[in-house]
Amino acid sequence: MPEPLISVREVTAAYNGDPVLTDVDLDIFPNDFIGVIGPNGGGKTTLSKILFGILKPQKGKVSFPSGRPNIGYLPQVSRLDHSFPITVLDVVLSGLSSKGTWWRSLTSGHKKKALNLITENGLEGLANRPVGTLSGGQLQRALLARAIINDPQVLVLDEPNTFVDRNFEGELYQLLGKLNETMAIFLISHDIGTISSIVKTIACVNGTLHYHPSNVLTDEVLKVYNCPIDLIAHGPVPHRVLKKHT
Amino acid sequence: MMDTLFSLFQYQFFQNAVATALLTSLLAAMIGTYIVSRKIVFISGGITHASFGGIGLAYFLGLNPFLGAVAFAITTALGIEWISTKGKIREDSAIAIVWSLGMALGIIFVFLTPGYTPNLMSFLFGSILSVGRWDIWILLAVLVVTALFFVLFFRPVIYTAFDPEFARTRGLPVALIRHVMAVLIAMAIVLSIRTMGIILVLSLFTIPQNTAMLMSGRFRNIIFGSAIFGVVGSVVGLLTASLLDIPGSAAIIFVLTLQFLLLKGFILLKLR
Repeated sequence: MPEPLISVREVTAAYNGDPVLTDVDLDIFPNDFIGVIGPNGGGKTTLSKILFGILKPQKGKVSFPSGRPNIGYLPQVSRLDHSFPITVLDVVLSGLSSKGTWWRSLTSGHKKKALNLITENGLEGLANRPVGTLSGGQLQRALLARAIINDPQVLVLDEPNTFVDRNFEGELYQLLGKLNETMAIFLISHDIGTISSIVKTIACVNGTLHYHPSNVLTDEVLKVYNCPIDLIAHGPVPHRVLKKHT
Repeated sequence: MMDTLFSLFQYQFFQNAVATALLTSLLAAMIGTYIVSRKIVFISGGITHASFGGIGLAYFLGLNPFLGAVAFAITTALGIEWISTKGKIREDSAIAIVWSLGMALGIIFVFLTPGYTPNLMSFLFGSILSVGRWDIWILLAVLVVTALFFVLFFRPVIYTAFDPEFARTRGLPVALIRHVMAVLIAMAIVLSIRTMGIILVLSLFTIPQNTAMLMSGRFRNIIFGSAIFGVVGSVVGLLTASLLDIPGSAAIIFVLTLQFLLLKGFILLKLR
Protein backbone atom coordinates (compact mmCIF):
# COMPACT_ATOMS: atom_id res chain seq x y z
CA MET A 1 0.00 0.00 0.00
CA PRO A 2 1.41 3.44 -0.88
CA GLU A 3 1.84 6.16 1.73
CA PRO A 4 -1.10 8.53 2.14
CA LEU A 5 -0.75 12.07 0.80
CA ILE A 6 -2.67 13.47 3.73
CA SER A 7 -3.22 11.73 7.03
CA VAL A 8 -5.75 13.12 9.50
CA ARG A 9 -5.67 11.64 13.02
CA GLU A 10 -8.18 12.21 15.85
CA VAL A 11 -8.78 15.76 14.70
CA THR A 12 -11.19 18.01 16.55
CA ALA A 13 -11.93 21.38 15.01
CA ALA A 14 -13.96 24.45 15.93
CA TYR A 15 -15.20 27.30 13.79
CA ASN A 16 -15.73 30.70 15.43
CA GLY A 17 -15.50 28.98 18.80
CA ASP A 18 -18.19 26.38 18.11
CA PRO A 19 -16.97 22.77 17.84
CA VAL A 20 -17.82 21.41 14.39
CA LEU A 21 -15.81 18.22 14.02
CA THR A 22 -14.70 15.70 16.63
CA ASP A 23 -12.34 12.76 16.38
CA VAL A 24 -11.92 12.65 12.64
CA ASP A 25 -9.64 10.05 11.06
CA LEU A 26 -9.01 10.08 7.32
CA ASP A 27 -6.26 9.06 4.93
CA ILE A 28 -6.15 10.40 1.40
CA PHE A 29 -4.11 8.18 -0.93
CA PRO A 30 -2.95 8.97 -4.47
CA ASN A 31 -5.74 8.18 -6.97
CA ASP A 32 -8.43 8.18 -4.28
CA PHE A 33 -11.81 9.51 -5.39
CA ILE A 34 -13.69 10.28 -2.20
CA GLY A 35 -17.25 11.57 -2.28
CA VAL A 36 -18.00 13.62 0.82
CA ILE A 37 -21.63 13.79 1.88
CA GLY A 38 -23.45 15.04 4.94
CA PRO A 39 -25.98 17.64 6.08
CA ASN A 40 -25.37 21.39 5.93
CA GLY A 41 -23.37 22.51 8.95
CA GLY A 42 -22.10 18.95 9.38
CA GLY A 43 -18.51 20.08 8.89
CA LYS A 44 -17.77 19.25 5.24
CA THR A 45 -16.28 22.66 4.47
CA THR A 46 -14.49 22.80 7.84
CA LEU A 47 -12.83 19.48 7.00
CA SER A 48 -11.63 20.86 3.66
CA LYS A 49 -10.17 23.89 5.47
CA ILE A 50 -8.27 21.50 7.74
CA LEU A 51 -6.85 19.75 4.66
CA PHE A 52 -5.70 23.08 3.19
CA GLY A 53 -4.07 24.02 6.47
CA ILE A 54 -6.01 27.30 6.64
CA LEU A 55 -7.79 26.10 9.79
CA LYS A 56 -5.72 24.64 12.62
CA PRO A 57 -7.25 21.69 14.48
CA GLN A 58 -7.88 22.16 18.20
CA LYS A 59 -6.81 18.60 18.88
CA GLY A 60 -5.28 15.85 16.78
CA LYS A 61 -2.83 15.93 13.94
CA VAL A 62 -2.72 16.41 10.18
CA SER A 63 0.44 14.99 8.62
CA PHE A 64 1.85 14.70 5.15
CA PRO A 65 4.00 11.52 5.03
CA SER A 66 5.56 12.39 1.66
CA GLY A 67 5.75 16.18 2.09
CA ARG A 68 2.99 18.79 1.95
CA PRO A 69 1.06 18.08 -1.23
CA ASN A 70 -0.11 20.71 -3.66
CA ILE A 71 -3.89 21.01 -3.29
CA GLY A 72 -6.18 22.43 -5.97
CA TYR A 73 -9.52 23.95 -4.97
CA LEU A 74 -12.77 24.48 -6.81
CA PRO A 75 -15.12 26.57 -4.62
CA GLN A 76 -18.88 26.87 -4.98
CA VAL A 77 -19.58 29.06 -7.99
CA SER A 78 -22.48 30.73 -6.20
CA ARG A 79 -20.11 32.18 -3.61
CA LEU A 80 -18.25 34.28 -6.19
CA ASP A 81 -19.07 37.77 -7.46
CA HIS A 82 -19.73 37.20 -11.16
CA SER A 83 -19.56 40.91 -11.97
CA PHE A 84 -16.01 41.32 -10.66
CA PRO A 85 -13.81 42.88 -13.39
CA ILE A 86 -11.38 39.99 -13.91
CA THR A 87 -10.67 38.08 -17.13
CA VAL A 88 -10.73 34.31 -17.62
CA LEU A 89 -6.95 34.34 -18.17
CA ASP A 90 -6.33 36.18 -14.88
CA VAL A 91 -8.63 33.82 -13.00
CA VAL A 92 -6.71 30.80 -14.32
CA LEU A 93 -3.34 32.47 -13.65
CA SER A 94 -4.31 33.10 -10.04
CA GLY A 95 -4.08 29.33 -9.52
CA LEU A 96 -0.31 29.61 -10.01
CA SER A 97 0.29 31.80 -6.99
CA SER A 98 1.73 30.01 -4.01
CA LYS A 99 3.08 30.68 -0.56
CA GLY A 100 6.54 32.22 -0.74
CA THR A 101 6.28 33.21 -4.40
CA TRP A 102 2.92 35.04 -4.50
CA TRP A 103 4.61 38.43 -4.96
CA ARG A 104 6.70 37.36 -7.97
CA SER A 105 5.69 38.39 -11.44
CA LEU A 106 4.50 35.87 -14.01
CA THR A 107 6.55 34.54 -16.89
CA SER A 108 5.49 33.95 -20.49
CA GLY A 109 5.65 30.22 -19.68
CA HIS A 110 2.97 30.68 -17.05
CA LYS A 111 0.77 32.51 -19.52
CA LYS A 112 1.25 29.85 -22.17
CA LYS A 113 0.32 27.11 -19.72
CA ALA A 114 -2.82 29.01 -18.72
CA LEU A 115 -3.84 29.56 -22.35
CA ASN A 116 -3.34 25.87 -23.14
CA LEU A 117 -5.46 24.87 -20.18
CA ILE A 118 -8.17 27.36 -21.20
CA THR A 119 -8.29 25.73 -24.64
CA GLU A 120 -8.28 22.20 -23.18
CA ASN A 121 -11.22 23.13 -20.97
CA GLY A 122 -13.25 24.25 -23.96
CA LEU A 123 -12.91 27.98 -23.44
CA GLU A 124 -10.91 28.77 -26.56
CA GLY A 125 -11.10 32.45 -27.54
CA LEU A 126 -12.56 33.47 -24.20
CA ALA A 127 -9.25 34.12 -22.38
CA ASN A 128 -9.62 37.90 -22.38
CA ARG A 129 -13.33 37.96 -21.60
CA PRO A 130 -14.44 39.23 -18.18
CA VAL A 131 -15.98 36.43 -16.08
CA GLY A 132 -19.27 38.33 -16.03
CA THR A 133 -19.85 37.49 -19.69
CA LEU A 134 -19.56 33.71 -19.16
CA SER A 135 -22.32 31.18 -18.62
CA GLY A 136 -22.39 29.22 -15.37
CA GLY A 137 -20.82 26.20 -17.00
CA GLN A 138 -18.09 28.27 -18.64
CA LEU A 139 -17.21 29.93 -15.35
CA GLN A 140 -17.08 26.50 -13.74
CA ARG A 141 -14.60 25.36 -16.42
CA ALA A 142 -12.45 28.45 -15.80
CA LEU A 143 -12.45 27.71 -12.07
CA LEU A 144 -11.54 24.07 -12.74
CA ALA A 145 -8.62 25.25 -14.90
CA ARG A 146 -7.56 27.54 -12.04
CA ALA A 147 -7.72 24.59 -9.62
CA ILE A 148 -5.54 22.27 -11.68
CA ILE A 149 -3.03 24.67 -13.31
CA ASN A 150 -0.52 24.06 -10.51
CA ASP A 151 -0.60 20.27 -11.11
CA PRO A 152 -2.05 19.41 -7.70
CA GLN A 153 -1.77 15.97 -6.11
CA VAL A 154 -5.13 16.48 -4.41
CA LEU A 155 -8.15 18.24 -5.92
CA VAL A 156 -10.87 19.48 -3.56
CA LEU A 157 -14.25 20.34 -5.12
CA ASP A 158 -17.00 22.03 -3.10
CA GLU A 159 -20.46 21.29 -4.53
CA PRO A 160 -19.39 21.46 -8.19
CA ASN A 161 -22.85 20.36 -9.32
CA THR A 162 -24.90 23.25 -7.94
CA PHE A 163 -26.05 25.97 -10.32
CA VAL A 164 -24.52 24.20 -13.29
CA ASP A 165 -26.46 23.10 -16.32
CA ARG A 166 -27.07 19.39 -16.77
CA ASN A 167 -25.05 19.34 -19.99
CA PHE A 168 -21.90 20.47 -18.30
CA GLU A 169 -22.41 18.22 -15.31
CA GLY A 170 -21.85 15.11 -17.41
CA GLU A 171 -18.77 16.61 -19.02
CA LEU A 172 -17.43 17.65 -15.64
CA TYR A 173 -17.69 14.11 -14.30
CA GLN A 174 -15.89 12.78 -17.38
CA LEU A 175 -13.15 15.35 -16.85
CA LEU A 176 -12.85 14.41 -13.19
CA GLY A 177 -12.52 10.75 -14.14
CA LYS A 178 -9.60 11.64 -16.36
CA LEU A 179 -7.99 13.90 -13.74
CA ASN A 180 -8.31 11.10 -11.19
CA GLU A 181 -5.65 9.17 -13.11
CA THR A 182 -3.07 11.69 -11.90
CA MET A 183 -4.53 13.15 -8.69
CA ALA A 184 -6.61 12.26 -5.67
CA ILE A 185 -10.07 13.85 -5.69
CA PHE A 186 -12.09 14.96 -2.67
CA LEU A 187 -15.57 15.87 -3.85
CA ILE A 188 -18.06 17.52 -1.50
CA SER A 189 -21.67 17.19 -2.59
CA HIS A 190 -25.20 17.14 -1.31
CA ASP A 191 -26.41 15.29 -4.36
CA ILE A 192 -25.74 11.72 -3.33
CA GLY A 193 -27.32 10.25 -6.43
CA THR A 194 -24.89 11.79 -8.87
CA ILE A 195 -21.75 11.53 -6.85
CA SER A 196 -21.96 7.89 -5.91
CA SER A 197 -21.87 6.89 -9.57
CA ILE A 198 -18.44 8.47 -10.10
CA VAL A 199 -16.64 8.25 -6.76
CA LYS A 200 -14.74 5.21 -5.50
CA THR A 201 -15.40 5.62 -1.78
CA ILE A 202 -17.68 7.73 0.37
CA ALA A 203 -17.03 9.76 3.51
CA CYS A 204 -19.99 10.83 5.56
CA VAL A 205 -19.34 13.98 7.59
CA ASN A 206 -21.78 14.88 10.34
CA GLY A 207 -19.95 16.15 13.39
CA THR A 208 -17.49 13.36 12.83
CA LEU A 209 -16.44 11.28 9.84
CA HIS A 210 -17.50 7.78 8.79
CA TYR A 211 -15.54 6.26 5.97
CA HIS A 212 -17.38 3.89 3.65
CA PRO A 213 -14.91 1.98 1.47
CA SER A 214 -17.36 1.54 -1.42
CA ASN A 215 -19.56 3.74 -3.58
CA VAL A 216 -22.77 1.86 -2.90
CA LEU A 217 -24.99 3.27 -0.19
CA THR A 218 -28.03 1.85 1.51
CA ASP A 219 -30.49 3.39 3.94
CA GLU A 220 -29.09 1.10 6.62
CA VAL A 221 -25.55 2.30 6.06
CA LEU A 222 -26.65 5.92 6.28
CA LYS A 223 -28.53 5.17 9.50
CA VAL A 224 -25.50 3.52 11.07
CA TYR A 225 -23.35 6.48 10.02
CA ASN A 226 -25.91 8.93 11.39
CA CYS A 227 -25.92 10.71 8.06
CA PRO A 228 -29.34 12.27 7.66
CA ILE A 229 -29.39 13.00 3.95
CA ASP A 230 -31.98 12.41 1.34
CA LEU A 231 -31.29 9.30 -0.69
CA ILE A 232 -33.94 10.23 -3.22
CA ALA A 233 -31.75 11.88 -5.81
CA HIS A 234 -32.96 14.47 -8.28
CA GLY A 235 -33.01 13.74 -11.95
CA PRO A 236 -31.97 10.45 -13.48
CA VAL A 237 -30.57 8.25 -10.70
CA PRO A 238 -27.78 5.91 -11.70
CA HIS A 239 -28.91 2.48 -10.58
CA ARG A 240 -25.68 1.74 -8.75
CA VAL A 241 -26.64 4.14 -6.02
CA LEU A 242 -29.28 2.25 -4.15
CA LYS A 243 -29.26 -1.35 -3.22
CA LYS A 244 -32.65 -2.99 -3.50
CA HIS A 245 -34.46 -3.39 -0.21
CA THR A 246 -35.06 -6.98 0.65
CA MET B 1 -13.56 84.14 -21.73
CA MET B 2 -10.29 82.47 -22.69
CA ASP B 3 -8.43 85.40 -21.18
CA THR B 4 -10.27 84.93 -17.93
CA LEU B 5 -9.36 81.24 -17.95
CA PHE B 6 -5.68 81.88 -18.60
CA SER B 7 -5.47 84.64 -16.05
CA LEU B 8 -6.80 82.23 -13.42
CA PHE B 9 -3.67 80.12 -13.79
CA GLN B 10 -1.53 83.07 -12.68
CA TYR B 11 -2.88 82.74 -9.17
CA GLN B 12 -1.10 80.46 -6.76
CA PHE B 13 -4.39 79.29 -5.19
CA PHE B 14 -5.71 78.21 -8.57
CA GLN B 15 -2.52 76.37 -9.50
CA ASN B 16 -2.76 74.56 -6.17
CA ALA B 17 -6.39 73.71 -6.82
CA VAL B 18 -5.63 72.23 -10.25
CA ALA B 19 -2.68 70.23 -8.90
CA THR B 20 -4.89 68.90 -6.08
CA ALA B 21 -7.66 67.97 -8.49
CA LEU B 22 -5.19 66.07 -10.71
CA LEU B 23 -3.51 64.16 -7.86
CA THR B 24 -6.82 63.38 -6.14
CA SER B 25 -8.29 62.01 -9.38
CA LEU B 26 -5.31 59.71 -9.92
CA LEU B 27 -5.45 58.45 -6.34
CA ALA B 28 -9.21 57.94 -6.55
CA ALA B 29 -8.81 56.07 -9.86
CA MET B 30 -6.86 53.27 -8.18
CA ILE B 31 -8.64 53.15 -4.82
CA GLY B 32 -12.07 53.73 -6.38
CA THR B 33 -11.65 50.83 -8.83
CA TYR B 34 -10.93 48.56 -5.87
CA ILE B 35 -13.90 49.95 -3.90
CA VAL B 36 -16.34 49.60 -6.80
CA SER B 37 -15.08 46.14 -7.81
CA ARG B 38 -15.34 44.77 -4.27
CA LYS B 39 -18.73 46.48 -3.85
CA ILE B 40 -17.64 48.26 -0.67
CA VAL B 41 -18.96 51.72 -1.57
CA PHE B 42 -21.19 51.77 1.51
CA ILE B 43 -18.26 50.80 3.75
CA SER B 44 -16.29 53.66 2.25
CA GLY B 45 -19.17 55.99 3.07
CA GLY B 46 -18.93 54.83 6.69
CA ILE B 47 -15.18 55.50 6.77
CA THR B 48 -15.71 58.96 5.27
CA HIS B 49 -18.31 60.09 7.76
CA ALA B 50 -16.59 58.51 10.76
CA SER B 51 -13.52 60.60 10.00
CA PHE B 52 -15.52 63.74 10.87
CA GLY B 53 -15.34 62.60 14.50
CA GLY B 54 -11.56 62.75 14.24
CA ILE B 55 -11.66 66.21 12.70
CA GLY B 56 -13.82 67.48 15.58
CA LEU B 57 -11.66 65.82 18.23
CA ALA B 58 -8.48 67.27 16.71
CA TYR B 59 -9.96 70.78 16.76
CA PHE B 60 -11.03 70.34 20.36
CA LEU B 61 -7.54 69.23 21.38
CA GLY B 62 -5.86 71.88 19.24
CA LEU B 63 -4.24 69.33 16.91
CA ASN B 64 -4.04 69.12 13.11
CA PRO B 65 -7.53 68.09 11.91
CA PHE B 66 -5.97 66.01 9.15
CA LEU B 67 -4.26 63.75 11.72
CA GLY B 68 -7.50 63.32 13.64
CA ALA B 69 -9.35 62.38 10.46
CA VAL B 70 -6.67 59.86 9.43
CA ALA B 71 -6.71 58.22 12.86
CA PHE B 72 -10.52 57.88 12.86
CA ALA B 73 -10.68 56.72 9.23
CA ILE B 74 -8.03 54.01 9.63
CA THR B 75 -9.56 52.77 12.88
CA THR B 76 -12.98 52.59 11.22
CA ALA B 77 -11.66 50.90 8.07
CA LEU B 78 -9.84 48.20 10.04
CA GLY B 79 -12.77 47.88 12.44
CA ILE B 80 -15.26 47.24 9.62
CA GLU B 81 -12.83 44.79 7.97
CA TRP B 82 -12.61 42.98 11.32
CA ILE B 83 -16.39 42.93 11.79
CA SER B 84 -16.95 41.56 8.27
CA THR B 85 -14.44 38.73 8.87
CA LYS B 86 -15.77 37.76 12.29
CA GLY B 87 -19.35 38.19 11.12
CA LYS B 88 -20.96 38.45 14.55
CA ILE B 89 -22.71 41.76 13.82
CA ARG B 90 -24.80 42.70 10.80
CA GLU B 91 -22.25 44.48 8.67
CA ASP B 92 -24.52 47.09 7.10
CA SER B 93 -25.97 48.03 10.48
CA ALA B 94 -22.47 48.32 11.96
CA ILE B 95 -21.54 50.68 9.13
CA ALA B 96 -24.61 52.86 9.73
CA ILE B 97 -23.76 53.09 13.43
CA VAL B 98 -20.15 54.09 12.80
CA TRP B 99 -21.30 56.50 10.08
CA SER B 100 -23.69 58.47 12.31
CA LEU B 101 -21.59 58.17 15.47
CA GLY B 102 -18.64 59.76 13.67
CA MET B 103 -20.75 62.70 12.52
CA ALA B 104 -22.25 63.06 16.02
CA LEU B 105 -18.85 63.09 17.72
CA GLY B 106 -17.56 65.59 15.19
CA ILE B 107 -20.37 68.05 15.74
CA ILE B 108 -20.17 67.68 19.55
CA PHE B 109 -16.43 68.40 19.61
CA VAL B 110 -16.74 71.32 17.23
CA PHE B 111 -19.41 72.89 19.47
CA LEU B 112 -17.33 72.27 22.61
CA THR B 113 -14.26 73.93 21.10
CA PRO B 114 -14.00 77.38 22.65
CA GLY B 115 -13.44 80.47 20.57
CA TYR B 116 -12.95 80.00 16.83
CA THR B 117 -15.38 77.56 15.22
CA PRO B 118 -14.12 76.08 11.97
CA ASN B 119 -16.18 76.50 8.87
CA LEU B 120 -18.38 73.39 8.85
CA MET B 121 -19.41 73.95 5.26
CA SER B 122 -15.84 73.50 4.04
CA PHE B 123 -15.61 70.06 5.68
CA LEU B 124 -18.97 68.95 4.38
CA PHE B 125 -18.63 70.25 0.81
CA GLY B 126 -14.87 70.74 0.37
CA SER B 127 -12.78 73.82 -0.21
CA ILE B 128 -10.41 73.09 -3.05
CA LEU B 129 -9.48 76.75 -3.51
CA SER B 130 -7.92 76.98 -0.04
CA VAL B 131 -5.51 74.06 -0.47
CA GLY B 132 -1.93 74.82 0.61
CA ARG B 133 1.52 73.58 -0.41
CA TRP B 134 1.68 71.15 2.51
CA ASP B 135 -1.59 69.46 1.47
CA ILE B 136 -0.24 68.87 -2.02
CA TRP B 137 2.98 67.27 -0.77
CA ILE B 138 1.09 64.85 1.47
CA LEU B 139 -1.29 64.02 -1.37
CA LEU B 140 1.67 63.35 -3.67
CA ALA B 141 3.35 61.12 -1.07
CA VAL B 142 0.22 58.99 -0.54
CA LEU B 143 -0.32 58.79 -4.31
CA VAL B 144 3.23 57.47 -4.81
CA VAL B 145 2.89 54.90 -2.01
CA THR B 146 -0.48 53.71 -3.34
CA ALA B 147 0.76 53.51 -6.94
CA LEU B 148 3.84 51.58 -5.82
CA PHE B 149 1.70 49.10 -3.88
CA PHE B 150 -0.59 48.61 -6.89
CA VAL B 151 2.32 48.12 -9.29
CA LEU B 152 4.18 45.66 -7.05
CA PHE B 153 1.20 43.67 -5.77
CA PHE B 154 -1.34 44.13 -8.54
CA ARG B 155 -2.16 40.43 -9.03
CA PRO B 156 -2.37 39.48 -5.33
CA VAL B 157 -4.64 42.50 -4.73
CA ILE B 158 -7.05 41.41 -7.48
CA TYR B 159 -6.91 37.72 -6.52
CA THR B 160 -7.72 38.39 -2.87
CA ALA B 161 -10.50 40.79 -3.84
CA PHE B 162 -12.11 38.37 -6.32
CA ASP B 163 -11.89 35.15 -4.27
CA PRO B 164 -10.29 35.53 -0.83
CA GLU B 165 -11.00 31.92 0.14
CA PHE B 166 -9.18 30.52 -2.88
CA ALA B 167 -6.32 32.98 -2.35
CA ARG B 168 -6.00 31.64 1.18
CA THR B 169 -5.73 28.06 -0.07
CA ARG B 170 -2.85 29.18 -2.31
CA GLY B 171 -1.00 30.63 0.66
CA LEU B 172 -1.51 34.32 -0.14
CA PRO B 173 -1.40 36.65 2.91
CA VAL B 174 -5.05 37.62 2.44
CA ALA B 175 -5.54 39.36 5.79
CA LEU B 176 -2.36 41.43 5.38
CA ILE B 177 -3.27 42.54 1.86
CA ARG B 178 -6.81 43.45 2.91
CA HIS B 179 -5.58 45.44 5.90
CA VAL B 180 -3.06 47.36 3.82
CA MET B 181 -5.85 48.13 1.33
CA ALA B 182 -8.12 49.27 4.19
CA VAL B 183 -5.42 51.72 5.35
CA LEU B 184 -4.84 52.98 1.79
CA ILE B 185 -8.60 53.48 1.32
CA ALA B 186 -8.80 55.45 4.57
CA MET B 187 -5.83 57.67 3.60
CA ALA B 188 -7.19 58.31 0.10
CA ILE B 189 -10.64 59.24 1.41
CA VAL B 190 -9.35 61.60 4.09
CA LEU B 191 -7.07 63.39 1.62
CA SER B 192 -9.92 63.77 -0.85
CA ILE B 193 -12.19 65.28 1.79
CA ARG B 194 -10.07 68.46 1.48
CA THR B 195 -11.18 68.75 -2.15
CA MET B 196 -14.64 67.32 -2.24
CA GLY B 197 -15.93 67.45 1.33
CA ILE B 198 -17.32 64.59 3.40
CA ILE B 199 -20.70 64.51 1.70
CA LEU B 200 -19.44 64.65 -1.89
CA VAL B 201 -16.16 62.72 -1.72
CA LEU B 202 -17.45 59.30 -2.80
CA SER B 203 -18.28 60.73 -6.23
CA LEU B 204 -14.58 60.70 -7.19
CA PHE B 205 -14.33 57.05 -6.13
CA THR B 206 -17.40 55.81 -7.99
CA ILE B 207 -18.53 57.95 -10.95
CA PRO B 208 -15.35 57.81 -13.14
CA GLN B 209 -15.04 54.09 -12.38
CA ASN B 210 -18.57 53.39 -13.54
CA THR B 211 -17.97 55.45 -16.67
CA ALA B 212 -14.82 53.41 -17.37
CA MET B 213 -16.73 50.17 -16.70
CA LEU B 214 -19.03 51.03 -19.60
CA MET B 215 -16.00 50.46 -21.82
CA SER B 216 -14.07 47.64 -20.17
CA GLY B 217 -14.46 44.72 -17.76
CA ARG B 218 -10.77 44.55 -16.84
CA PHE B 219 -9.53 45.88 -13.53
CA ARG B 220 -6.41 47.47 -15.06
CA ASN B 221 -8.34 49.22 -17.84
CA ILE B 222 -10.88 50.54 -15.35
CA ILE B 223 -8.07 52.18 -13.38
CA PHE B 224 -6.65 53.88 -16.49
CA GLY B 225 -10.10 54.83 -17.77
CA SER B 226 -11.21 56.35 -14.49
CA ALA B 227 -7.90 58.24 -14.22
CA ILE B 228 -8.64 59.90 -17.57
CA PHE B 229 -12.32 60.58 -16.83
CA GLY B 230 -11.45 61.77 -13.34
CA VAL B 231 -8.69 64.15 -14.41
CA VAL B 232 -10.69 65.63 -17.30
CA GLY B 233 -13.84 65.84 -15.20
CA SER B 234 -12.26 67.55 -12.22
CA VAL B 235 -10.23 70.08 -14.25
CA VAL B 236 -13.21 70.98 -16.45
CA GLY B 237 -15.39 71.13 -13.34
CA LEU B 238 -12.93 73.39 -11.58
CA LEU B 239 -12.73 75.80 -14.53
CA THR B 240 -16.50 75.87 -14.87
CA ALA B 241 -16.85 76.57 -11.17
CA SER B 242 -14.43 79.48 -11.36
CA LEU B 243 -16.13 80.99 -14.42
CA LEU B 244 -19.66 80.66 -13.01
CA ASP B 245 -18.58 81.35 -9.42
CA ILE B 246 -20.16 78.18 -8.01
CA PRO B 247 -18.63 75.63 -5.54
CA GLY B 248 -15.84 73.55 -7.16
CA SER B 249 -16.78 70.16 -5.71
CA ALA B 250 -20.37 70.41 -6.91
CA ALA B 251 -19.27 71.45 -10.42
CA ILE B 252 -16.82 68.50 -10.59
CA ILE B 253 -19.55 66.01 -9.70
CA PHE B 254 -21.82 67.54 -12.31
CA VAL B 255 -19.18 67.14 -15.04
CA LEU B 256 -18.29 63.57 -13.92
CA THR B 257 -21.96 62.56 -14.08
CA LEU B 258 -22.37 64.27 -17.45
CA GLN B 259 -19.48 62.15 -18.81
CA PHE B 260 -21.21 59.01 -17.59
CA LEU B 261 -24.58 59.93 -19.07
CA LEU B 262 -23.11 60.99 -22.43
CA LEU B 263 -21.12 57.76 -22.80
CA LYS B 264 -24.08 55.65 -21.67
CA GLY B 265 -26.32 57.45 -24.16
CA PHE B 266 -23.78 57.02 -26.94
CA ILE B 267 -23.51 53.27 -26.27
CA LEU B 268 -27.30 52.88 -26.18
CA LEU B 269 -27.65 54.72 -29.50
CA LYS B 270 -24.90 52.65 -31.10
CA LEU B 271 -26.53 49.43 -29.97
CA ARG B 272 -29.90 50.30 -31.50
